[in-house]
Amino acid sequence: MRISVDAGRCIGSGMCVLTAGEVFDQSEDDGKVVVLRPEPPAESWEAVRRAVDLCPSAALKALA
Amino acid sequence: MSESLHTLTTMPAERRRGCPFDPPAELIEAREHGPISRYVFPDGHQGWLVSGYDLVRAVLADPRFSSRKELMIHHPTIDYSGIEVPPAPPGEFLLMDEPRHGRYRKPLVGKFTVRRMRQLTERVEQITAEHLDAMEKAGPPVDLVTAFAKPIPAIVICELLGVPYEDRGRFQEQIDTFLGGEASDEELIAAYVATQNYLAELVAAKRANPTDDVLSDLMDSDLTDEELRGMALILLSAGFDTTANMLALGTFALLRNPAQLAALRADPTMIDRAVEELLRYLSVAKQFYRVALEDVELGGQTIKAGTMVILSLNTANRDPERFTDPHVLDLNRQEGGHLAFSHGIHQCLGQQLARVEMRVAFPALLNRFPTLRLAVPADEVVLRPESADIYGVKSLPVAWDV
Repeated sequence: MRISVDAGRCIGSGMCVLTAGEVFDQSEDDGKVVVLRPEPPAESWEAVRRAVDLCPSAALKALA
Repeated sequence: MSESLHTLTTMPAERRRGCPFDPPAELIEAREHGPISRYVFPDGHQGWLVSGYDLVRAVLADPRFSSRKELMIHHPTIDYSGIEVPPAPPGEFLLMDEPRHGRYRKPLVGKFTVRRMRQLTERVEQITAEHLDAMEKAGPPVDLVTAFAKPIPAIVICELLGVPYEDRGRFQEQIDTFLGGEASDEELIAAYVATQNYLAELVAAKRANPTDDVLSDLMDSDLTDEELRGMALILLSAGFDTTANMLALGTFALLRNPAQLAALRADPTMIDRAVEELLRYLSVAKQFYRVALEDVELGGQTIKAGTMVILSLNTANRDPERFTDPHVLDLNRQEGGHLAFSHGIHQCLGQQLARVEMRVAFPALLNRFPTLRLAVPADEVVLRPESADIYGVKSLPVAWDV
C-alpha cells in the first residue's frame, strides 16, 4: 500500500491522526497532514483505509 | 421514483414524549420514506430536506452547495418574505465559502491539532476535578448543567483563547441567549450588542498586551480587529455551547441506559468509542443548511440553483442503512464515521478539543459518584426546544449517596 496526499485539499481536521496515529501526523504550523509512513505496514492497512474514508476533505488516497 | 417523493410542510417543534434522545418523529418518518424529501418553507420556497446519511455526507463535501449567509434567504420555520440577508460579518467563517472561509480557518488549524489538544488533557483533568470537588461539597441534588457541563468547556475555551476568567460569566449568559432558541428579538439584539462590545474590548486588550494564547498569536497576522472579533465570536460560542450540551445530555442518556453505563464503568478503556457513540446518538448540532449554486442531481432529484437544502444530521446519524440498530445507544459500537462534527471543509475545527474534554469529563464524573442518578423523574428533565440550534437539556438535577 502507498499513501498519497493532496495537501491543497487538507483542512487539518486530524481525523487521520486520530484513526491511524502510527501512520499520520499533523504539522505544528498549519495543522496539515504529515505522512509518517508513506508505505505503511500491513497491520495498519485497515486503519489507513478507514482514515481515507473519514477524511472530511478527500485529501488522502491509499493505493493498494 | 418521483411518485413516492415525500413532502414536509413544517419543521417539528418538539420531540416525542419520553424520547428526548431521538430526532422528532416526523424527521425519522421522512428518512423512512427516503433520504431526500421536499420541504416547503414558510415563505413558500420549495426546498429540500436531506435526512439520509450518504446524501447528507455528499452535500457537505460538495462545493456546489454553498454556506454563504447572504444566500440563505429562506428560514425553515419563520416567514421572512423579501428580507435581505447580509453576508456573514468578517471573521464569522461558518457561513462563508472559499476563499473567504479559508482566510479565517487556516490560521487556526495549527492551534487545534490532535497533539495540541491532547496536551491540554492534564489541565482539563484539573478543571474537572475542581468542579467535582465543588459538587461534592455542595451535596446533592445538584444541577449538572451549571455545576459541571457548562463551566468545564467554558473555562477551557476561555483559557485557550485568552479570555480573562472574570469575564466568563457575562459572556456565558449572552451565548445562552443566542443559542437557547427562546429569546425574543429584543433580547437577541441586546445580547448581540453586548457581545460585540465585549469582543471589541477583548481584541483591543490583546492588541495592546499580547499574552500566551490563540487570540494573541493571531495578532501577528494581517487580520484586522474586526475580523478577529468575528473569529473570537465563532470560537467562543462553539466552545461554550456544544460540548456543554454533550456533557449534560450525554450524562442523561447514560443514566437512562443503565446497562451501557455499567459496561462503561466496568471497562474504562471503552471511553473513546463511548464518546463517538454519544456524539452519533445525540447529534446535538442537529441541522445545517446549504444553498445550491448550480443545478445539482442528488438522490434522483434535481436541486435547482438557488434552492435551500436542510441537512438533518441527527437523522443521518440514525440512518439504518449506515448504522445497525441506529436508535440503540451501543457504547461498544465499532462503526465509525458519524457526522456529528459535520463533514467537508466546515467540519468542526474544535472536534479534537471536544473529544479530550469528553474523554476526561465523563469518566471523572462517573468515578467520583458511583451512585449518580437523576434527582427528578426522567420526564421532568427540561429540554431545549427544537428551535434551538444546539439541542440539550436546560438543567439536569442529579443526586448520589452520601
